[in-house]
Amino acid sequence: MVRVVLPAHLRTLARVSGEVTLDLESPVTPRTVLDALEARYPMLRGTIRDHVTHTRRPFIRFFACEQDLSHESSDAPLPDTVASGAEPFLIIGAMAGG
Amino acid sequence: MSRVRVLVGTKKGAFILTSDGARKRWTVDGPHFAGWELYHLKGSPADPNRLYASQTSSWFGQVIQRSDDGGKTWSPPGTKPEDLMGTDGMPNGASNMFVYDASAETGKPLTTHQHYDGTQRPWEFKRVWHLEPSLTDPDTVYAGVEDAAMFRSSDGGKTWKELPGLRSAKGHLWQPGAGGMCLHTILLDRSQPDRMFIAISAAGAFRTDDAGKTWRPINQGLKSQYELPDPDAEVGHCVHSIAMHPSRPNVLFMQKHWDVLRSDDAGGSWHEISGNLPSDFGFPIAVHAHEPETVYVVPIKSDSEHYPPDGKLRVYRSRTGGNEWEALTKGLPQQDCYVNVLRDAMAVDSLESCGLYIGTTGGQVYVSADGGDSWNPIVRDLPAVLSVEVQTL
Repeated sequence: MVRVVLPAHLRTLARVSGEVTLDLESPVTPRTVLDALEARYPMLRGTIRDHVTHTRRPFIRFFACEQDLSHESSDAPLPDTVASGAEPFLIIGAMAGG
Repeated sequence: MSRVRVLVGTKKGAFILTSDGARKRWTVDGPHFAGWELYHLKGSPADPNRLYASQTSSWFGQVIQRSDDGGKTWSPPGTKPEDLMGTDGMPNGASNMFVYDASAETGKPLTTHQHYDGTQRPWEFKRVWHLEPSLTDPDTVYAGVEDAAMFRSSDGGKTWKELPGLRSAKGHLWQPGAGGMCLHTILLDRSQPDRMFIAISAAGAFRTDDAGKTWRPINQGLKSQYELPDPDAEVGHCVHSIAMHPSRPNVLFMQKHWDVLRSDDAGGSWHEISGNLPSDFGFPIAVHAHEPETVYVVPIKSDSEHYPPDGKLRVYRSRTGGNEWEALTKGLPQQDCYVNVLRDAMAVDSLESCGLYIGTTGGQVYVSADGGDSWNPIVRDLPAVLSVEVQTL
């Protein structure tokens, strides 16, 4: 089980409160997390990454385990603690946005 | 008695202001989509409870919202359970998917436009500036976007397809204005359903007579001596807004970057009607609901000083189709006022005594229930107002 923390505006858009949990098979990567997230909440498509290219939007950051994973490959496995649900995968609006 | 519903888009959310026909007592509902920029909201003439909204954010990009109950509830089109999956099993979620047409079937769509510095840049979608619902079909709606292009949805906003013929109208010479390269005005002609007018900053005005397949620039008579190397260029002019009276669609009024103009031949040619305005720079322009020769503008001091001349917020009215203008000041701030009224932030209702509405970058929305003679604030302290539309119910 992967725990995903969304920014407040995306929680509103997806009509969820608190963390989102996703059941994913190994390997868990940013891509598999976002694929599953968008499959469950299609209104989030295009708000985190581009519809077509899947490029991360410039003002979105990915954090986990006190690390900035924004520039890691979207196919790089996430830390085991994220894959196991011990630590959440944080989707963050950059401080410069808004 | 009829009612009015005013749809206000601001830098930090949308507000819906409602009143009976007297337009004296108002109910304020909002913010909807709090924290997001609402560039534009508009109701369907064919179904007043069908509303469309453009919601954007530098963080999360574009979202399209739709209401089917007059603004009480909203959702992105295509995200109801029955809409969720496409034929490939993936979620649709395409209501915010604006992809420029580059298919072979459309010929050779242009892939670059002029940038500020004169170099060519690829088209890049940024946001929807304007949503224009069809006059007859609630599920058909047009979107004017930045970088400038026009999209159409015929399924209530679930999916969008570009009308690429527009960018073929010398798109390589279009360039951004200060607000970006945006398609901000869409006028539909009730008498000729295949005819539409649009305006782009900074490209000019364009017309289609075949429902958007082909377009031609309609900028003859526009002069931009301080903005373009050729002041009479066919495209490249910074048109800020155009307006028409539905009963007389061949007559168009334009607020350009500088100059207020008029066309009597559906944009075939334009002539200046700035007359005695204190400044002919401005953003919105509107036509009285029942008097096709009565026109309204809000003069702004200059292209760098985006506030009213002399610190006085004045709407100017011409009852002669231009050239002769009178200042409308009663109820509007007449000292120390340095707000702007943006291009989509003036609207008219169609009650017997025509109402006017303006929204300011200072967060005020003013109403006049007597054609502009006197004004009152509906609200004073909203976030900066980006757009104002009104529905007469």
